Amino acid sequence: MPSNKSVSDAPIVQFTNCRILRDHQLQREDLWVREGKILNPEKLFFDEKGSADVQLDCKNSIIAPGFIDVQINGGFGVDFSLATDDFKSGIDLVSQKILSHGVTSFCPTLVTSPPSVYHQVLPQISVRNGGAHGAGVLGAHLEGPFISKEKKGAHPEHCLRTFEAGAFQDLLATYGSLDCVQIVTLAPEMRRSSEVIQQLTKRGICVSLGHSVANLSQAEEAVQHGATFITHLFNAMLPFHHRDPGIVGLLTSDKIPAGRRVFYGMISDGIHTNPAALRIAHRAHPKGLVLVTDAIAGMGLAPGRHTLGQQVVEIDGLNTYIAGTKTLSGSVATMDTCVRHFQEATGCSVETALEAASLHPAQLLGIEHKKGTLNYDSDADFVMLNDSLYVQATYIAGEEVWRQDVSGM
Amino acid sequence: MKLIILENYSQASEWAAKYIRNRIVQFGPGPGRFFTLGLPTGLPRDHPESYHSFMWNNFFKHIDISPENVHILDGNAPDLQAECDAFEEKIKAGGGIELFVGGIGPDGHIAFNEPGSSLVSRTRVKTLAMDTILANARFFDGDLSKVPTMALTVGVGTVMDAREVMILITGAHKAFALYKAIEDGVNHMWTVSAFQQHPNTVFVCDEDATLELKVKTVKYFKGLMMVHNKLVEPLYSMKEMGAERSQSKKPYSD
Repeated sequence: MPSNKSVSDAPIVQFTNCRILRDHQLQREDLWVREGKILNPEKLFFDEKGSADVQLDCKNSIIAPGFIDVQINGGFGVDFSLATDDFKSGIDLVSQKILSHGVTSFCPTLVTSPPSVYHQVLPQISVRNGGAHGAGVLGAHLEGPFISKEKKGAHPEHCLRTFEAGAFQDLLATYGSLDCVQIVTLAPEMRRSSEVIQQLTKRGICVSLGHSVANLSQAEEAVQHGATFITHLFNAMLPFHHRDPGIVGLLTSDKIPAGRRVFYGMISDGIHTNPAALRIAHRAHPKGLVLVTDAIAGMGLAPGRHTLGQQVVEIDGLNTYIAGTKTLSGSVATMDTCVRHFQEATGCSVETALEAASLHPAQLLGIEHKKGTLNYDSDADFVMLNDSLYVQATYIAGEEVWRQDVSGM
Repeated sequence: MKLIILENYSQASEWAAKYIRNRIVQFGPGPGRFFTLGLPTGLPRDHPESYHSFMWNNFFKHIDISPENVHILDGNAPDLQAECDAFEEKIKAGGGIELFVGGIGPDGHIAFNEPGSSLVSRTRVKTLAMDTILANARFFDGDLSKVPTMALTVGVGTVMDAREVMILITGAHKAFALYKAIEDGVNHMWTVSAFQQHPNTVFVCDEDATLELKVKTVKYFKGLMMVHNKLVEPLYSMKEMGAERSQSKKPYSD
């Protein structure tokens, strides 16, 4: 067929025989891709009189937007909170390996560390698109050190700090640079947190509440100043109390500014949260649930000892504790197991489970116009899954970057 | 005329689809030999519920048609009459319409040929009747002032030139129009009645649409269903096309 496309000569790929997640539903539709973006076939047909160059049969797979992990501390032996000489290759390794979990974009997360670590590591993290080399880096997630001593969890106490003296300037001095920072987790009950939250929000950085003993009004005030996320709900915060629900109460708070939504991360690995608690949170505020792995260096490796920043962590099956204690520290869960576990534990629809790992994190970061959906003109980052939600193939910008090896069948 | 009466909407749709499929296969289309399927027009292009969207979602995206072979009247053309004239030329250039498939309105109109349209009319700009505007209001959030009052449409004469015409009529609200179309005289107030003078018409309807017809008419045509069903069974496919082509004659003529 002669080239009849008036807009571009780039090849057009049509993915057929699939069910795509669009408008919150699995629809039996073809997915069209050109130049790394999802293409509108109707416009192509009528306006450009164009048609597909390549048709791929997806064998009735489910196609969902690529997963976005906004809290991942490392994996495969790499620890993002360790300032090593080959830090960059560590990021590269993790970004490449998580493709097989269906993750197409992520936020490398740093736990509470001394300022020297931030000063060395942060300049080596750059926002970049994904591709065959690995998942895209959206920016760093800095979890600490401005968190509560009582809820430090696995974070090292000697590195905790406050910003009482100089508020935002203290924070900036600690981190060194905020250039590639996407999310900051802090405890809102700390003095001068409101100013800090405002300054961070003004710079387009998402502020998350976590590792905190804040009560509900302190949390609500933080939200009013711009906070939009809760770091691993239930963990490292005061438990829900019926007369003071604490941070958990944000899920049903009536003091959230109009037009805004509070999102909350959940590690649905079956360990961090009892399935009943997961269900309570999901039912209270389904549209805010964001699946995160909180994975640590030991993810993807054999059980044993690994580091998490300044701490040593022991892995035993799916449990990850600070060595010699019963304090949970991160997880070894992968994003796709989180999606499956979430779907099983809550009995929610496949669409809901998939959106918790794609649409919701994209909405949290304000990038849903190009990530997290299969809408026309979005980036063509997607995963092919079978009916049991196991990842069969991962695509970034319309190119296949990982495929399940079917040899030995 | 062949009047095909099926029990309900799905069965009527399925029969019609099978018939069209058989007709296309028997025609044996190929490069340079086009089976021209005619369909009536609808809403303007830039409306999200436009005819283009409707046709894409319900027809084009399910088949392997080349976009160059799709001709839809453009309601946004600078010179509407020229657009209509050009459309007539394209039909001629394509070898004429092989099969025109359409429905009828409750007022008996075919395409947008509202009551009073000339029975020899060609493709043109047509004012819409109030009934049609009211019916279309649902696409414009119920705001009558937003509904277009004119549309481009093929004419009655244009459809009469097709080698075969198939009209789909389902539902009790169309029963009176069906009665006027086939049991009363040819009348420009019920433009579908013009097809009484076409050599090759098929009306496909469901039980509800026959509610205003004489029992005698309905019984007669139901009695012919055994013969009519031979038009859809066996269901031909392009692969067997070569062998079957020799048996492509219809079992009987009108």
